[in-house]
Amino acid sequence: MKQFLVFIRKEYYHISRDTWTMVILLLLPIVMLVLFGFMMSTEVKNTKFAIYDPSRDVATQGITNKLAMSTYFSFSGYLDSPDQIEKVFRSGDIGLVVVFGERMYESMMHTGDAQLQLVADGSDPNTASTLTMYATSMIVQYQQELTGDLKIPYRITPEVKFLYNPTLKGSYNFVPGVMGMILMLICAMMTSVSIAREKELGTMEVLLVSPMRPVQIILSKVVPYFFISVINLATILLVSVFVLGMPINGSLCLLIFLSLLFIFVSLALGLLISSAVDKQMVALLVSALVLILPVMMLSGMMFPIENMPAVLRWLSELIPAKWYMIAIKKIMIQGLGFSSVIKEVAVLSAMALLLITASIKRFKYRLE
Amino acid sequence: MMASSKLECTERWTFNFNTNMQALHTTSTSDLALSCQSVSKRYVRNSPFEKVNVSALEDISFEVNRGELFGIIGPDGAGKTTLFRILTTLLLADSGVVRVEGFDVVTDFRAIRNEVGYMPGRFSLYQDLTVEENLNVFAKVFNTSIEENYHLIEAIYKQLEPFKKRRAGKLSGGMKQKLALCCALIHKPRVLFLDEPTTGVDPVSRKEFWEMLKRLKAQQITILVSTPYMDEASLCDRIALLLQGRILKIDTPQNIVSQYPHELWSVSSDEMSKLLTDLRNIPAIRSGYSFGESHHITFKNKEWSMDALRAELEKLGHSSIVIKKIEASIEDCFMDLSPESKG
Repeated sequence: MKQFLVFIRKEYYHISRDTWTMVILLLLPIVMLVLFGFMMSTEVKNTKFAIYDPSRDVATQGITNKLAMSTYFSFSGYLDSPDQIEKVFRSGDIGLVVVFGERMYESMMHTGDAQLQLVADGSDPNTASTLTMYATSMIVQYQQELTGDLKIPYRITPEVKFLYNPTLKGSYNFVPGVMGMILMLICAMMTSVSIAREKELGTMEVLLVSPMRPVQIILSKVVPYFFISVINLATILLVSVFVLGMPINGSLCLLIFLSLLFIFVSLALGLLISSAVDKQMVALLVSALVLILPVMMLSGMMFPIENMPAVLRWLSELIPAKWYMIAIKKIMIQGLGFSSVIKEVAVLSAMALLLITASIKRFKYRLE
Repeated sequence: MMASSKLECTERWTFNFNTNMQALHTTSTSDLALSCQSVSKRYVRNSPFEKVNVSALEDISFEVNRGELFGIIGPDGAGKTTLFRILTTLLLADSGVVRVEGFDVVTDFRAIRNEVGYMPGRFSLYQDLTVEENLNVFAKVFNTSIEENYHLIEAIYKQLEPFKKRRAGKLSGGMKQKLALCCALIHKPRVLFLDEPTTGVDPVSRKEFWEMLKRLKAQQITILVSTPYMDEASLCDRIALLLQGRILKIDTPQNIVSQYPHELWSVSSDEMSKLLTDLRNIPAIRSGYSFGESHHITFKNKEWSMDALRAELEKLGHSSIVIKKIEASIEDCFMDLSPESKG
């Protein structure tokens, strides 16, 4: 036990005396969360729009006002001719241009066939489709207000409601993903790098020729990083709730239990990597390739798994972060209880067991 | 009836004899701290272009007595580190049997790891930990404390004490080695393995280091030390000369030197590098090696005298020629024993 404690203290010295490691360990989660939470979101907020309006009547004025009043758009100005449309897009700060037809109000009232055109920047298709979707729904709304009294029959207007995330906040999708990624990164990469460092500097050679058992060496590496991960978990949760406005609708205890389970899986994965590599650089690269890329690409954090080819879908089943993300989304956003995450808990537990057995079996108690 | 009891008697006698033999055998082996029998090791290096099969050690056999300071002397690449790793249970030999304090390195490796101290050739302590912290970590790893065995390291640690708050990575080469020795000693090992402890260390520190080893020997600790420095060989009780994975000779340094079979001369002149080629071109000269300030040579037969050689060299244009008869050193013996000189 004394061996164990002194080893943990030793590991604490290593971490605390390496300023960069310390900075990375404690700040990286926050930086990543803020980056993903704010900058990479597809939410539309205060997008500038311009109007080309040859009619200038009640209808066009009404639509313009409606758009300008919303939180999604802010009015930038009128264009004098259709030629200017391309010019304003090139200048870069306009996201949407609304082009009205001639005599809008008249044609609306008399022929019932008024035309307008929405022009958006297609080089960013996600944003473009979101913008046009918002604008369309507002225009439809205006039309209803206008024609509401007339009771035009046979008109079906679908009203789309996004359950659990009515305002389509990007952070709802990104925060669980970032949590999975950060925990995996810190746990797996740091443990594998720190064991590889002992091998690289030759201290492992000395440790092996001592009464210390491989299990002790492994566990004493795991414990400090487990604590750091718990601290990270706390900061991530605090930032996502108080800065990004994530709700925790379900039980906090269940959320923490699942996170600890996932941390354990990540640590075991890190140990497995470290049993295969001898150099810190290699450990770093392998962690980056084996952990971060698949977690970002295949966990459903960035691209929906449902749209992937079958092979990638099967591959995504092997990614622990995918299961963790599914489970914490259920808990945090949908507010479901334990019974609905049993499958995820079972999969993660099985992975943990498999990985830890493999890494202890694979630990070399000689040099080759 | 008579016959059967007689038979019983002989049987018992043989049985007793056997147990006596066993007892005898164990006492004789218990004087040995280490025995190494025909150990061989090959490395297979898989490069993308070819499969290289390098022989690191070939048929190595030697024994080390308890309390002995045993040196393994050989140039870089002789196989010293591989041998030490096999002896310390870190590598498995391809063939051969090694016993350390009676324990087999393959089956009883855990027992050995409790009993020995190992100091690898490369500085292998935690560079970001202070002197004191390093020592403490290694003491705890071996389930002991600094206080418990302080008497063992006292003489060495006293020199380190002023720097005990300094990080190990910031120590000088000599200080690092002293700290590494302290860490390897802190659990009072029965056998101490030091792999090239003085490589990269200044001459003064080297001398101090060897004085420490002598003091440790007085504490009844068996020490195996490897070194590429021939001048350190004479400080060991017995040495094994290792070259290209083979042991050339095992004996006391004195015996090895006294068994040197030739008359040895040292020659020097104004142009040392030309002198060596000239000397080697003289047919009567068996061997010529550069030893820094002079060249050491041996003759094929004793007919050649100092004067004849001087005349020959003067003819070749050398001046201020000094020729002296000298005693052989370990290095001369090493050169003589190496297969190059025989071939």
